Amino acid sequence: MSAAADSHHDDHHHGPEKNFVKRWLYTTNHKDLGTLYLWFAFAMFFVGGLMALVIRAELFSPGLQFVDPQFFNSMTTMHAIVMIFGGVMPAFVGLANWMIPMMIGGPDMALPRLNNWSFWIMPFALAIFLSTLLMDGGGPASGWTLYAPLSLQGGDSFAFVIVSIHFMGISSVMGSINIIATILNMRAPGMTLMKMPLFVWTWLITAFLLIAVIPVFAGAVTMLLTDRYFGTSFFSAAGGGDPVMYQHIFWFFGHPEVYILILPAFGIVSQIIPTFARKPLFGYSSMVYATGSIAFLSFIVWAHHMFTVGMPLAGELFFMFATMMIAVPTGVKVFNWIATMWRGSMTFETPMLFALGFVVMFTFGGFSGLMLAMTPADIQYHDTYFVVAHFHYVLVPGAIFSIIAACYYWLPKWTGNMYDERLGKIHFWSSTFFVNLLFFPMHFVGLAGMPRRIPDYNLQFADMNMWASIGAFGFGGSQLLLLYIVIKCIKGGEKATDQVWEGAEGLEWTVASPAPYHTFETPPEIK
Amino acid sequence: MKSTSLKKAIATAIGLTLGGSVMAADKHSTPLNMTQGATDISHEVYDLHMAIFYVCCVIGLAVFGVMFYSIFKHRKSKGAVAAKFHHSTTVEIIWTAVPLIILISMAIPAAKTLIAMEDTSEADMTVKITGLQWKWHYEYMGEDVSFYSQLNAEHNIARQLDSGVDVSQYHWYLKDVDNELVLPVGKKIRFLHTAADVIHAWWVPALAVKKDAIPGFINENWAMINEPGVYRGKCAELCGRDHGFMPVVVRAVSQEEFDAWLIEKKGGTAEPVAVAEAAPAAEGSNTAVATAGGGGAAAEVSMESQMARGGEVYAQQCAACHQVNGQGIPPTFPAITGSAVATGPVDAHIDIIANGKPGTAMAAFKGRLSDEDIAAVITFQRNGLGNSVGDSVQASQVAGN
Repeated sequence: MSAAADSHHDDHHHGPEKNFVKRWLYTTNHKDLGTLYLWFAFAMFFVGGLMALVIRAELFSPGLQFVDPQFFNSMTTMHAIVMIFGGVMPAFVGLANWMIPMMIGGPDMALPRLNNWSFWIMPFALAIFLSTLLMDGGGPASGWTLYAPLSLQGGDSFAFVIVSIHFMGISSVMGSINIIATILNMRAPGMTLMKMPLFVWTWLITAFLLIAVIPVFAGAVTMLLTDRYFGTSFFSAAGGGDPVMYQHIFWFFGHPEVYILILPAFGIVSQIIPTFARKPLFGYSSMVYATGSIAFLSFIVWAHHMFTVGMPLAGELFFMFATMMIAVPTGVKVFNWIATMWRGSMTFETPMLFALGFVVMFTFGGFSGLMLAMTPADIQYHDTYFVVAHFHYVLVPGAIFSIIAACYYWLPKWTGNMYDERLGKIHFWSSTFFVNLLFFPMHFVGLAGMPRRIPDYNLQFADMNMWASIGAFGFGGSQLLLLYIVIKCIKGGEKATDQVWEGAEGLEWTVASPAPYHTFETPPEIK
Repeated sequence: MKSTSLKKAIATAIGLTLGGSVMAADKHSTPLNMTQGATDISHEVYDLHMAIFYVCCVIGLAVFGVMFYSIFKHRKSKGAVAAKFHHSTTVEIIWTAVPLIILISMAIPAAKTLIAMEDTSEADMTVKITGLQWKWHYEYMGEDVSFYSQLNAEHNIARQLDSGVDVSQYHWYLKDVDNELVLPVGKKIRFLHTAADVIHAWWVPALAVKKDAIPGFINENWAMINEPGVYRGKCAELCGRDHGFMPVVVRAVSQEEFDAWLIEKKGGTAEPVAVAEAAPAAEGSNTAVATAGGGGAAAEVSMESQMARGGEVYAQQCAACHQVNGQGIPPTFPAITGSAVATGPVDAHIDIIANGKPGTAMAAFKGRLSDEDIAAVITFQRNGLGNSVGDSVQASQVAGN
């Protein structure tokens, strides 16, 4: 390969750049960028995880032992933003980068240079965000929702927080544009929309959600910025503004954002379960419609986060009914997965275990979500640990388990090697045990009256908090095992076949393992 | 290996589901579930909560039952051969329609309770509740009684980082206040909620009352308490550094006791605050004295008593932000020690304490504290905390601001 000589006009037909820095900095290859996104997300999971461990260490027993309450608030705030914008979202984008072109039979993403740019904004955005911890006044401490007027108190690190959020948003929007352009333009001939794998479908819908709501969030935080520094009063009653307006705008972004964090997970699970059940996905088209319905409903339920702000009764009733409706398409999805398993021929390799763990524990989170939808009960649940338990069930054994499942599922395709199955199973069982020890007790302390975002509590909550803290450290430690398994798999292991899994179907399994640097330069034949 | 791990999975899932329901179903003895509370509404809310919980349990058992049956039976190691079916319009219609019917049957009682919760008409009395960083202010509308309520002073010491105090000795740790909100039973009480700085939320689980207190806006809700007793709650909306340390305590008493308490309270607030002996007075420094201004006390107060009283006021009102040692948490909460204000001209110092500093967390204390308390705390700030300006500020100087 005389890469240097012909790189000007023949960009696509050589292997990766030999120079390490140049390869990863300049790369426009979807697989390289997917890898970068995934490693970046992995690193951020550990950063956000360490913040969670600070929280759980402080909450291990009553009394303040380790941190000042202000720093504690910074940890809850930054843990959330790092996990959402630095962890889960880049991980899903990484998976999309790696897999979508291969699943639809395209040669690369539609906009490779944009792809490079949207990744390389992320490390800088997160670096700016994390650097606020070292600034006067510390990091943001008003919760990840940045509710005005609380978020307007505090040091000038606030301006850096807003800038970093803008960068994260720009990255997400560019990534989404790229994904939509890829899916709509780069499909192999014969790959009609209703033949696309469900992971591609869920990402297509997710990308539209992102484009719709990230600018709304950008607007909200920009108004915070002008309120703070330029004398406007969008959210200050003294100047004719309204603090609740911020909440409406935020949650108009925030609720679709919640589904941005879970729809690709639905897609992943819908790929994995049929493979290991050796049976086609049950109700493919109803899965697509259910995803679309959930996306639509996500735009008309935002105020269920705000049942205590003093909305008119009619508003509360509307948002209660609309929220309860979400249970219908979500139920359809769960039933479809179980019907896929029904009378299949199942085996239980690690990806399948994580996918099944997802189905069970995400459904737990769905049940508590249904309880939260009941407005009179929500008035008791609101802002308690019951809510914390609910959204961590859908995000950790939900979204994050699906990401882990996807990594085990596609690692052999990425590396050409099988991962260590025995260690993978240990990783699954220890993660599952500890994640439940971590989050299940939170339901009880929440119902018993423990508010969220507090650094200290009455003795009555001590036992459950202790268990949760032990669970947190166990869960965090279990993820070091995942790091080891991934590195071990990259370094070597039993060679993977092209199909990898006996029941695997789809274009990505027709290319060699590891996947060549360029795939489907000639479009495949779709039956 | 595979079959044992799966058995474990089933045991875990069933254990968690059933364990949850058993623990939650034991209504009276366990603090692991929502309280049934002390009002009709709170009982309705509890019943709704349990109803939807049981619905979830039944659906969960059915769905996971089918799933785990399948995991057991339809596995390759048992020789299962995969079927080929991939859709069935009939079952898909059924499992869309059945949840819809269940949801409608839950939405109806929920809507009824919600409508009742929001009906604040025909209240017997009204209490205005104002959230501040980090305390509550209660005002009995039309009764000329109002006071602040904040975390119990002993707990406030114990909860400091590295306080060295064993917090387990306090049964009501972080759930007790200096001044309780006293309310009569059997009366429909309307609560008006607002805030002075950031958003707070006044929550008493036993009353099923939680409402955001929003600066510049007034929210309302109500409760009619059936049983006399003490009901404890918390601020539920993140409101800054000491969000975790602003409890709510409601003491519900009979109408006669309430009337007696109200008369005593009016007497208490109407009484001129005796400056020299303010320190031992339990509520002296903490009671708003809007009506107490005319009470004399024109005499010059000695430096020592100003410092003693000022130190107490400082600990209660200022230390949360500016810290016990006066170092503050810059830049949000500036230091008092060596500050330009606390060591500069006294008028500017009085102005900022009395009128606050717009655009910051610094509140206006005029009206919240008596002039005497403001004078004392300014004296303390100028001559304590490492400062030594040497002047003693008098209430008469504050009165002009």
